[in-house]
Order: sequence, then structure tokens, then C-alpha cells
Amino acid sequence: MANAEAHHDHAHGHDDHHHGPDKGIMRWIKTTNHKDLGTLYLIFAFSMFFVGGLMSLVIRAELWEPGLQFVDPEFFNQMTTMHALVMIFGGVMPAFTGLANWMVPMMVGASDMALPRVNNWGFWILPFAFTLLLSTLFMDGGAPAGGWTMYPPLVLQTGEGFPFLIFAIHLMGISSITGAINVVVTVLNLRAPGMTLLKMPLFCWTWLITAYLLIATMPVLAGAVTMLLTDKYFGTSFFTASGGGDPVMFQHIFWFFGHPEVYILILPAFGVVSTIIPAFARKPLFGYDSMVYATASIAFLSFIVWAHHMFTVGMPLAGELFFMFSTMLIAVPTGVKVFNWIATMWRGSMTFETPMLFAIAFVFLFSIGGFSGLMLAIAPVDFQYHDTYFVVAHFHYVLVPGAVFSIIAAVYYWIPKWTGVMYSEFWGKVHFWLSAIAVNVTFFPQHFSGLAGMQRRVPDYAVQFVDFNQVSTIGAFVFFIAQFIFIGNMIRCMAKKGEKATQQVWEGARGLEWTVPSPAPYHTFEDPPKVNDEILGFPSHGKAH
Amino acid sequence: MSASNRAGIRHGWRLGLVVVAMFGFGFALGPLYDAICRVTGINGKLSGEVADEAAITLVDESRLITVQFVTTVNGGKPWEFRAEQSEIQVHPGQLTTVNFFMRNTEGRDVVAQAVPNVAPWNAAKHMHKTECFCFNNQPFKAGEGKDMPVRFVLDPALPADVDTVTLSYTFFDVTETAKPAVVLPQVQGYQS
Repeated sequence: MANAEAHHDHAHGHDDHHHGPDKGIMRWIKTTNHKDLGTLYLIFAFSMFFVGGLMSLVIRAELWEPGLQFVDPEFFNQMTTMHALVMIFGGVMPAFTGLANWMVPMMVGASDMALPRVNNWGFWILPFAFTLLLSTLFMDGGAPAGGWTMYPPLVLQTGEGFPFLIFAIHLMGISSITGAINVVVTVLNLRAPGMTLLKMPLFCWTWLITAYLLIATMPVLAGAVTMLLTDKYFGTSFFTASGGGDPVMFQHIFWFFGHPEVYILILPAFGVVSTIIPAFARKPLFGYDSMVYATASIAFLSFIVWAHHMFTVGMPLAGELFFMFSTMLIAVPTGVKVFNWIATMWRGSMTFETPMLFAIAFVFLFSIGGFSGLMLAIAPVDFQYHDTYFVVAHFHYVLVPGAVFSIIAAVYYWIPKWTGVMYSEFWGKVHFWLSAIAVNVTFFPQHFSGLAGMQRRVPDYAVQFVDFNQVSTIGAFVFFIAQFIFIGNMIRCMAKKGEKATQQVWEGARGLEWTVPSPAPYHTFEDPPKVNDEILGFPSHGKAH
Repeated sequence: MSASNRAGIRHGWRLGLVVVAMFGFGFALGPLYDAICRVTGINGKLSGEVADEAAITLVDESRLITVQFVTTVNGGKPWEFRAEQSEIQVHPGQLTTVNFFMRNTEGRDVVAQAVPNVAPWNAAKHMHKTECFCFNNQPFKAGEGKDMPVRFVLDPALPADVDTVTLSYTFFDVTETAKPAVVLPQVQGYQS
């Protein structure tokens, strides 16, 4: 390997190996460091959570009373569409990619992500993607208003913003695919010696499977929106009935992407929760192997259930039955997971620091979202629930107290490692209780208004829904304001104000990331670490692989 | 560059190939979807096709099927479009002609394309049309109205649980793109 050594020395002068970060803005633009990029991803994601949150407040303010209050229906529809696109592609997905960037190399004992320059490129596409997307708000015809699902022919009526929407989706797709490829290559090639696949931290496992889902489905979405673009501007008829195409085909292609996408949004959350609960229950994770297999099963099933989003298009009965039963099947591996989390807590020495509170709330509230999902899976009753606020309640339960709570839990859990400073536990708890209560105040009443027939994506509604909507709006504003406590708490850590964190930070935390000092040095694991069951949090006896 | 890093880059490129393949798969879903609809007969994909009149000779007089007609004009066009009868009762195997009427009430010439559909889905492949205005696009002068006959026959193999069949047409304005919409397979015995 003399050749490789020489090459290494040659490269030494060019990159910033063994040095600290560059100074100034160019550090962030040129960085290939996984920790820098993780920070950038997270800051970007939280900026987008803020933008998307403002949009949701416009929606909730408009729905305070029936009739039109503040905005016209066209703008209202732009808000619902953009809120979804910004939250999904700008908030949740980059936040998880940010967590993966920070934690995956440290968890597997690698010095960086496997493809650091691709990593830099993947992040810096995102600001451009969202500039394109958000700029449509100021264009003739406004932002896309046909819903985030972009069903034709409605979406083809978008004004000048239409090509901007399509190219923004392309860029977001490229960004998440690069992130996904990086995770796969890092996890499969750069694990520390001795860390077999079934000794890998669960966050890495869930992200590995998520990454495969991304690689398999984001290109399909890119294809679908490209077909929309050519239908509108180049005279093709993929989805134009008068030209021999079929708009329903778009729904099939979209949901072939869209259903795996919802697991892309939740599997990393499962990984986070499976990391945090054992740490604060001071017990190894119950049923590690079954967690891995359950995750893989969910990922597989996610490819064969897509048409449950479109039960009302007029499918043959056999189709309705197939998609109904395959959807219900997903409850089995998901149930395994929930059971394992509870079994992990069972007779554990639990303490309730902020990350644990969010993780427990995740288990409880995500399950509520799972149950409403089972209700929606029943094809005959879905005809009533379809496109009502019941659906809105369902996916907000799995996304807000689901995915978003897990992101918040992860940030509380690891920020002492990132910054070397403990957050304020008091304000963390205040943030938790306000969020946990407000999120239920916001979304629980939507089950009722939805079952009673309130449609989604409409700025007006029948008067009998006023009470539920006003409760919901109050909850939304409280939830939004409560998040500033979190932002303040995190800024305090980043400004290094507060109690210094130890290397171990949490008594029960296990994993390679806790074997490096707090804050984690700019470069970690330049030399692969030694791993054993004790460090990785496996029971040190009685279990063999 | 270490050996493991080089392996990583190779791995990255391989995954890139998967991405390209899946992008292609997205486009392949179009023809695949068409093929599935054709094989199963769902989604009205077959009802735009010219059928062979001579193929069906047997009239099943033991069954009487109600055929309903639905007419729609897409995109808020002010055109008049209706069937002469809203429904008709036929025996399977009986060749039937129904007149449809459309008037272009606009002050400009248009080209319109009708897109057919048949419900229930399992009746679709048993609805054969030997003549239909939906086979080609239809030009209309400003203010012009036309009677357009549809000749169809229901296959006696129509599933026993079907007693009502709905045939619907939606007229689309294709003035700007005007070209035949539904590709016409040439069937022997086709008479216009």
C-alpha cells in the first residue's frame, strides 16, 4: 500500500485533514465534513419548518370561522399545497438527512461519510430547490394550488410557477438521492471492524432501509413530474384523456412513490426512538433482531399498498380487497415495534429527561395515528373518510407527534454531544408539555370534524364544525409559539452557554458516539475504533450472533 | 485515496445506476398500465377500439340488458352534447344504433375528441362498437351541429351479474393539438 500512502501524503496539502475548519462563510460552502453538513441540513430543515409552519397558521386562521376571513380560496389552496411540500421535502426529509450526516459516521465508527463531496453537493442543491419553489408565490398565477400530490389535470392549470414546481421537485429528488446513496455506502463499507450488520445501531439500520426506499422511489417521482411537464409544454398525452392518456395513471405512479415516501418519513424516526428509549430505560433494546426484520418488512410492504390512497377512483373489487388487506398487514410489523419499545421500558430504571419524554409521546401518539390509519385502510368506510379532515388528522398524527417529535427528541438527545453543552432541562420540559398538549388540541378535533364530513383543502365549511375548528386553530398557534422555546434552547447550546456536557452525557446511552469527547471533535474515528457488545448496548451475555 | 474509499465510490456509482433504472421504470409504468388495462378490460381502454361486426352472430334473447348513456363536455365548454335516448334495452348479440348529437355553440371552429368509458369494469371488454364518433376526432364549424350514430353490440359472454351497462362519452377540445387520439387498430370486417 505504499502507493496509496504516497497518494495520501500528496492529498494532505489540499484537504483540511487533521486541521480544524476553515474560517468564515467559505467553511460552510466548501465543507465536506459530515458534522458541518449535518448542522447545515438541520438549520435548513428548521428554517423550512418555520416557513411551512407560518403557512399552516394562514390555513388555521382562515378556518377560524366559516366563510372567508383573511385570504381568498385560491391563496388558501396555495397554502395547503405549499405547506405540505415545504414540510415534507424541506423540513422532515432534510432534518433526517442532517441527523444521518451527524450520527451515522459516528455510530459506525467512520471518519466521515463515504462520499463527502457528493454530500456537499446534495446539501447545497436544497436552497436552490426551495428558492425555485417559494418564488412561485410571487408569480403570475401564484404558487401551485392543486395539492402536494399534483394530480393532473388540475395541477396543469398552475400558472407560470408550474415549471418551477417541477424543477424544484427534481432538485429535491437529486438531493435526497445523493444523501441516500451516501448513507448506504457509508453503512455498508465503512463500519468499524467487528461491527456486523446485526450489531449495527438501529438508527443506522432504519436509515439504511430508508435510503433504499429513496433510491427506488424518488426517481419514479422525478419521472412522473417530468411527464406532467411534457404534457403541459410538449404536447405529450401521458395523463391527457383526449390524447389517449389517463389522469388516473398519474395517481398510480405518484403513489407508487408516495406510499414508500411516508415510510421514508417515519423509518428514521423509528431508529431515533429505538435509540433513545433504551438509554433512558437503562436496558438494552428489547427484540433488536425483530426490530430489524420489522423495519425491512414495512419497507417491503410499502411497495404493494399504494392504491389505498385512491380507493375511490373506481377500482375493481379485487383491487380494493388486495390493497385493503395488504395495508392492514403493515400493522403487524408496526405492532412488533411498538411492543418492543414498551417491553424495553418494562421494569427499566426509567428517568424522564426531555428526549425520553418526546420518545414516549412518540410511541403513544404515533400509535393513535396508526389506528386511524387502520380505519382508513378499510376500503368500504374509506369512501366516507376520503378527502376529509379525518385523513388530515391521521397523517398529522403520524407526522407531527410522529416524525417531528422524533426529530426534536434526537436533537435534545445528541445536542450535548454536538455542542458540548447541556440544554436547559427546565425549558425542555416546558417545551415538551406545551407541544404534547398543543399537538393534540390541534389535531384530535379534526378526527371528529372529518368523520362528520368536513372536507380538506376547502377554506369554507359548514357551521356545525366551528367549535372543532376553533379548538384546532388555538392548538396550532400554541404549538407554533412553543417551538420558539426549543429554538431558543438550542441556540443557547450553540452559543456554548450552559452546563458543560460530559463525554457520556446520558448514564444509559450506548454506542460509539459516546466514546468521543463532548463536543465531538471536528474529526472523529480517523482510526477505526474497537467495538464490543458493552459499547454497542447489547446484553453482554446470553445472546450470540 | 484508500482502498475502502475506492470501493465506496464504485458502490456509489452502482447505486446511481439503480437510480437511472428506476427513473426509466417510472416511464415504463405508462405502457405497463395500458397493457394491464387492456388485458383486464378495465378503465375503458378497449372501448375506443373498432370491433368486428361479423364476429358476433348469436343473439341471446333470454337476457335483456339496460344500456345507459352519459354525455359530458370537458373543461366548461358551452357545447351541446346529448344522446337521443338516455337509455335503451338490448339483448346481448343484438346490433344496435343510437344517435348522439353535438352542437358547437361557440363562434369559432373547433376540433373535438370524445373519450369513451364503460361501467361496470367487467362489462367493458364485452361492449363492442363497430361505429363511433370517438374513433376519430370530430371537426365542428362555428355553430355547427351533427348527429353521430354509434353502432354497438354487447357480447353474449357478458357476465351474468351485469344487467345494466353505462356507456359514457366526454368531449374534449383538441383544436390546438388536433390529431387522432385513440390509435385505431385495423380490424378486418370493419365497415363505416
